[in-house]
Amino acid sequence: MLKTVLAPRFAVPLVLAVLVVGLSFALPSNFYLRVAALVWISALAVIGLNLLMGYAGQVSLGHAGFFGIGAYAVAVLPAQFSLHPLLAALAGALAAGLLAYVVGRPILRLKGHYLAVATLGFGMLIAMTISNEAWLTGGPDGMPVERLTLLGWRVRGADTWYWITGGLLVIGAWIAGNLVASPTGRALRALHDSEVAARVAGIDVARAKLTVFVISAVYAAVAGAALALVNGFVTPDKANFMHSIELVTMVVLGGMGSILGSVAGAAILVVLPQVLTSFHDYEHMVLGLIMMVIMIVLRSGIVPGLASLLTGRRK
Amino acid sequence: MDKARGGKQHGEPMPELLQFCVSGLTVGAVYALVALGFTIIYNASDVVNFAQGEFVMIGGMTTVFVAAAGVPLPLAALVAIAVAMGIGLLLHRLAIEPARGASAVTLIIITIGASIFLRGLAQVVFDKQFHSLPSFSGDTPIAFGGAAILPQSFWVLGGAAVIVVLLWAFFNRTLLGKAVLATAANRLAARLVGINTSFVVGLSFVLSAAIGAVAGILVTPITLTSYDVGTLLALKGFAAAMLGGMGNPLGAVVGGLTVGLLEAFGAGYISSTYKDAIAFIVILAVLFVMPGGLFGKASVERV
Repeated sequence: MLKTVLAPRFAVPLVLAVLVVGLSFALPSNFYLRVAALVWISALAVIGLNLLMGYAGQVSLGHAGFFGIGAYAVAVLPAQFSLHPLLAALAGALAAGLLAYVVGRPILRLKGHYLAVATLGFGMLIAMTISNEAWLTGGPDGMPVERLTLLGWRVRGADTWYWITGGLLVIGAWIAGNLVASPTGRALRALHDSEVAARVAGIDVARAKLTVFVISAVYAAVAGAALALVNGFVTPDKANFMHSIELVTMVVLGGMGSILGSVAGAAILVVLPQVLTSFHDYEHMVLGLIMMVIMIVLRSGIVPGLASLLTGRRK
Repeated sequence: MDKARGGKQHGEPMPELLQFCVSGLTVGAVYALVALGFTIIYNASDVVNFAQGEFVMIGGMTTVFVAAAGVPLPLAALVAIAVAMGIGLLLHRLAIEPARGASAVTLIIITIGASIFLRGLAQVVFDKQFHSLPSFSGDTPIAFGGAAILPQSFWVLGGAAVIVVLLWAFFNRTLLGKAVLATAANRLAARLVGINTSFVVGLSFVLSAAIGAVAGILVTPITLTSYDVGTLLALKGFAAAMLGGMGNPLGAVVGGLTVGLLEAFGAGYISSTYKDAIAFIVILAVLFVMPGGLFGKASVERV
């Protein structure tokens, strides 16, 4: 029952929009608004990755690479070619999509753990380029990002960014929902279950995988660009494999194949470290413990796991 | 991993080549042992254990701290191996066993959680500093064919070779080892012939933990250790296992040594800042040609 209410592609963005608006009243200070903006940004990247992992069943351990491309496009292009930050963000998203298109074909022929290690290597190449080419990117120290100006209005303040990133998230969730409900989405779910069966049913498996890989790369790049603009600074660790693993963890923790789950997963891994700083040295232990317990108790992730618990009790 | 190249001599090409070979094989031997740990657990349980690198860290760090308390080094090493085995067993009993039957990704995230937990534990129990151990037989480099080789390199290579031989003997010559192989081949069939598969999976965790700990102890005098060395080692070991072909012990060893050699030659001849990139470019190239790794079998999907 609950599932049918939540499933329609309009309901999810609506729920998120209500959440964004509602939280804006509930959150007491700019600090909380800022953390929430970080959640919306991560959630955007995670929704993209979830399309790839949860719907198409393909793993990527290199998505932070695309995230980094988006972030550094916004940092480097305005600084070097005095491009407007919005155009730079667009260029970053295009570059990430193009790169995903070029490498996607050979990489996506690999399966399971081999795909994981190939994407891992690919992501590492991007991260290494970013941190080694210091003349362009500032190297391991990172570089500042020019402030965004729209028609002479300087975009600043935690509350402004809260609304912008929240809006991006709702749009991202809406597009993802439409994609999932489209024939491409059905093709993805079919090849998730069985590639051979999907091919026999007439689905161009390679193309479907490539499409979703490119889309997920663009999601990551847009999120990266948003983060760079919000922070006003970029560092190479956002392109790093640890961030890739973090994104994958958010997908699985929240629930594979669940768009609301993506937001839940992002929220947990962004908010928890902020909360746990009060535990000082025990921070990592508690974080690891919580991850393990969630995965043991709610194996299919938080949102699908809780949903099945709720519907199970109603029966 | 740079101290291994400490005695580098420039000029003559042959000694340089030999130098890179030895340092590459030394680091590669550690990757190979981590990859073997991945392989043993994966074969017994289909779990890709991303906490594998933490066993290497636990081995090195425990030895450092037990030895610092005044315990002789060999005894400290034994204590460290025992500690790692205990943690391996706990990992299986408390985190993997309760989630039995969960999907592969869920289990992977559990092991990632475990590795974060263990890293956090290490930074509380030990500290956040870098630590070293004295070399087992002195620091005087041995001149060999014009190259200067650290005696500890021989310990690492020899230790890795002994472990490989022992593992081979265990899997091929003992009933328990054959039970592990049977479980790897077909879990249901193994259970039907009376093998306690849960015990076997637990054993594979303990075994992998011991191998990782030994690797950590052997390599600490060369590369130093700290609470966070495990992540990168797990990554390299995973890549090595994939390069060789997941689930193939021979592939794990060859894959590990190859990654080590690629890094050493890449750093020596091309660019030290891009040495990891060079290793991964080769891994990508190999996987494009052989999607199942060097020793992998082509798998057939049943519908």
